[in-house]
Amino acid sequence: MATFILYKTILASCILMLSLLVAMYSTLIERKVAGFFQDRLGPDRAGPWGLFQPLADGIKLFFKEEFMPNTADKFLYILGPSLTMLIALLTSAAIPWGSNLVINGKEYPLQVADINIGILYIFAIVSIGVYGIMIGGWASNNKYALLGAIRASSQMISYELAMSLAIISVVMMTGSLSLNDIVQQQHGFNWNIWYQPAAFLIFLVCAFAECNRSPFDLPECETELVGGYHTEYSSMKLGFYLFAEYINMFISAAVMATLFFGGYNFPFMDKLTLSPNAMATIGFFVLFAKITFLGFVFMWVRWTLPRFRYDQLMRLGWKALIPLAILNIVITGIVILIR
Amino acid sequence: MSFWEKIYLPAVLNGMRITFSHLFRKKATIRYPETKREFAEIYRGQHILKRDDEGRERCTACGLCAVACPAEAIIMVADERKPGEENLYREEKYASVYEINILRCIFCGLCEEACPKEAIFLTKRIVASDYERDEFVYGKDKLLEPLDPEKRIDISKRETKEVLEFKKDKSKKHNQ
Repeated sequence: MATFILYKTILASCILMLSLLVAMYSTLIERKVAGFFQDRLGPDRAGPWGLFQPLADGIKLFFKEEFMPNTADKFLYILGPSLTMLIALLTSAAIPWGSNLVINGKEYPLQVADINIGILYIFAIVSIGVYGIMIGGWASNNKYALLGAIRASSQMISYELAMSLAIISVVMMTGSLSLNDIVQQQHGFNWNIWYQPAAFLIFLVCAFAECNRSPFDLPECETELVGGYHTEYSSMKLGFYLFAEYINMFISAAVMATLFFGGYNFPFMDKLTLSPNAMATIGFFVLFAKITFLGFVFMWVRWTLPRFRYDQLMRLGWKALIPLAILNIVITGIVILIR
Repeated sequence: MSFWEKIYLPAVLNGMRITFSHLFRKKATIRYPETKREFAEIYRGQHILKRDDEGRERCTACGLCAVACPAEAIIMVADERKPGEENLYREEKYASVYEINILRCIFCGLCEEACPKEAIFLTKRIVASDYERDEFVYGKDKLLEPLDPEKRIDISKRETKEVLEFKKDKSKKHNQ
């Protein structure tokens, strides 16, 4: 029992560190990618290729003045970013990061919690994420922040529907809500994307909206709302909001890689005769490569598409994605019945 | 709108293809302190008051540059050359004070066009930045060409064809 707790603690802290590190460096990658897309070089002053830029940004944020509006609700004002950060970090617990490690003949899964309702857990946690933004926007007592928060909450609730409906068809194929089962069913090159491309597309679009990423970044659209829900935030509280956005991006890329791209599975994995530990390590890096690619897609789309208008956003969510997702479920059901 | 236009996807994918192609384009960025943008040969930067080959100041304080200057950035005070100063000043009259307010200057080059003595020219050098506005009134200490032949500043690229032709005419005292 003690080793179990110790192992889980180590694993959880590793994943926590990993998420933070990835979030830190995705800020740099985002700026680099943005630069390259615009025929620039991006930040390259701090360290080689700008590798210390995230550190410089972090230090800057820590030393900025902490400003709190007089009219703000003090407790909720602090709760907002904390909650956002907490929830962004919670989701990584259910994702299988690799196949089992074997140490002294005992198997150790590379997953913090193999819960049998893994997907539901992730969706539940992501839904709570609205509160962080809503509370922060409301507590700042600023019209722009409030408008941003309202937009964020309505957008996230609308797109969560289509997102979960898209997942149902995947769950129908797998017959399990456990992420571990879903990954193991996609052994080798038998990935869900080949069977459920429509579900993947819907999920991808919804993930953009859930992470408040462009082209659906209406909650923080600087042209209309100054900074959206984080208008009144400064220093590291603002940093938490921005950081949480990148963690969310990382996690949703991880969820997409797990659900549709076979998680840690890779083609011809059976032909390799390696020890389980080596396989787990390779699997982890394969998963990481997939996550990196999907994260790149997030940035790629952001620097390609202009922002949607609010009515277009709602129409796309309710009138296009949800019917499509339901249609997808029906077709999947019929195909499963016939086979 | 046709069906394919309505579902956005072909347009989105095309847009993504275009942005992706930009990843591999040549970048427009110039990493400034390490690499510098190449200037045109006739770039109009900081001014110089030329000396002639014997190191004498060419300027005779005629004031034509100050008259020509559209920004009214040039101020000068004329003085008479004393006996024994022939090695310093080319002609009997010279500018004891010659100031260009660099902040007013628009670097149009009309002063060098107006100058009958080939004394003032614009060079490829960039005006250095400073914290005080007063520092930008450049006097003779900053404008005058150094005496050291090694440190002479080449302005041949800014001499127009007409000027070069004129300089060949040795009958003019100016060109002797």
